[in-house]
Amino acid sequence: MYDRMQLKEKAEKARDKKAAIGPDIDLNEYTTAPVQHAYMADDELCHMPEQEQHLLSMTGIDVTKKERGGTYFQKDTQVIHCHTRQDGIEVIPITKALEKYDWIGEYYWKLASVDTDKYTAAAELDLHDGYVIRALPGSKSIYPVQACLYLDKEGLQQNVHNIIIAEEGSELHIITGCASSPHMKTGLHVGVSEFFIKKNARVSFTMIHNFAEKMVVRPRSVARVEEGGLFLNNYICMKPVKSLQMYPTTYLVGRDAVARFYSIIVGSPGSEYDLGSRIFLKEPGCRAEIIARSISNGGNVMNRGHLIGDAPDIKAHLECRGLLINGGIIDAIPELTAHVEGVEMSHEAAVGKIAQEEIAYLMSRGLSQDEATAVIVRGFLSVDIPGLPPQLKAEIDKAIEESDKDVM
Amino acid sequence: MLIIEDLRVELADRIILEHIDLEIKQGETHMLFGPNGSGKTSLLMTIMGYPQYKVLSGKIMFKGEDITYKPINERAQLGIGMSYQRPPTIHGLKTRQMVSLCGKGKVNEEELAGRINFKGFLDRDINAGFSGGEIKRSELLQLMAQNPDLMLFDEPESGVDMENMSLVGKTIAALLQRNGFSNEGKSKLQTKREREKMGLIITHTGYILDYVTADKGQVLFEGRLSSVENPREILKCVGESGYEECVKCMTGCN
Repeated sequence: MYDRMQLKEKAEKARDKKAAIGPDIDLNEYTTAPVQHAYMADDELCHMPEQEQHLLSMTGIDVTKKERGGTYFQKDTQVIHCHTRQDGIEVIPITKALEKYDWIGEYYWKLASVDTDKYTAAAELDLHDGYVIRALPGSKSIYPVQACLYLDKEGLQQNVHNIIIAEEGSELHIITGCASSPHMKTGLHVGVSEFFIKKNARVSFTMIHNFAEKMVVRPRSVARVEEGGLFLNNYICMKPVKSLQMYPTTYLVGRDAVARFYSIIVGSPGSEYDLGSRIFLKEPGCRAEIIARSISNGGNVMNRGHLIGDAPDIKAHLECRGLLINGGIIDAIPELTAHVEGVEMSHEAAVGKIAQEEIAYLMSRGLSQDEATAVIVRGFLSVDIPGLPPQLKAEIDKAIEESDKDVM
Repeated sequence: MLIIEDLRVELADRIILEHIDLEIKQGETHMLFGPNGSGKTSLLMTIMGYPQYKVLSGKIMFKGEDITYKPINERAQLGIGMSYQRPPTIHGLKTRQMVSLCGKGKVNEEELAGRINFKGFLDRDINAGFSGGEIKRSELLQLMAQNPDLMLFDEPESGVDMENMSLVGKTIAALLQRNGFSNEGKSKLQTKREREKMGLIITHTGYILDYVTADKGQVLFEGRLSSVENPREILKCVGESGYEECVKCMTGCN
């Protein structure tokens, strides 16, 4: 059980607490006042302005919901659509869950700490909403559940708290798109996410960010994977953003639990990205993999990664590759920590520019220099992600394809 | 037709080719011999247009056009193609996509790969972890898709095992319209007259001559080129008395 008052007190104390890393943001520059939006029925979703539909589609959100098992759609502070069409999967706004269900107390703020920093504190003190997605024991999701967090109000600080629960033996795929409307310039997105992946459950979580150039983004995610569970996390951000900082943590707490993190970042001029993943391997047989690809065409990209081996017979690998195309900075800081004997941990990091030899090779097959560069960049960004449903793979490919024009 | 006139080439502030004259007529295939480091690969790279091979004087004409200072891709579009000895790996680019790029999307990758026993590699990143022999077959597959008029082969037989040698040899012969391939019942003379493809093949061993007939042999020695009618003579001469003697004799004879 949880005590909301106690949480609020803790949060209050962390109200001004700076984050451990990343540029500090003055929260007074943003407003958190609720913004009213009407709930949208299915057909209304399909009749959104074309420009908005396109924006959403770029983050993997399908307004027709044809190949989606469920939908959660939040605009600014308001849930405007929430629906599930697959047995065994529940999608509930978190404010409703906190009001109605006692069981949410077993999950709410159980992995992430409310007093981590001012952003987690804000998510408790001024919670707008967020989704709870739960796969019941043994249920298999055929189509991914889609969640969209959309920003429309200029200068808004959107505070979101999400909880994802995959019960024993279930399989759940989620695609979440975060986007801001075309007219929007500044805003702050704070997103707390807690993932509970129980015994032998499999979860894939694909997040595509498509924000405005002056947006600040502060996700705070923690995951817990039990015995035989799998957590596959993909993060794609190809669009400019003012500042993005996140360092999600995963605890593999049961035997043979697996976590795989893939990230694809394109750092545009004026953008600052500081991201990484941290995975604790706490039981024998656990496996972890972090694969990061980043391109900078003028932005600053800080790639972090930390693997912590706490048990024998674990295996973990971190791979970080960066490509500088047109200025900018890429940092790679991979860390490995082994606390016991019998761990197998490795990392590889490489940062460079496009090899002239590769360009010349493609040109000798008839491609122009620009075409050759595009082919190499697309190849660099195309990471094989095993275990990802084809629809999600297609969404990632689409995001990469679309970004080509921006990269060049 | 490829015509090279009095070419002088510099690589990293060093003259590597001098007084190079070469003429490959339509339908002709030439073998290029020479000791290690004599500049054979450099000559191919210069013809292909690699900018680090700086042409100081002389010119290269192809199909009547001066291509001396044209970029690589324009030469490729004019119909020059190359089979590399050590091509770079491009991560994330599948062999299938590469073949499709070479064929401008108009080829059947499966069918072409089937011809050179390379289907199993189509979904692998191009050149990633390929053995010497696999690289040769991959390069030939790309040329099959590209179908250029002048083909430059950098040691097509090196690293190829006995079993695949005949496949590689026959494929090159077919690409160059040689040895009765695709003659469709025409007379030998007629086939020769209608032959369009040109080839320049670097070889050390001459094994390739068992599969591909050549019109001329060229020897590159100390940055200079000399030529004879029969490439087998060069092999024999080099085998008996070495490149230096061989070149002396050839230039004396010519």
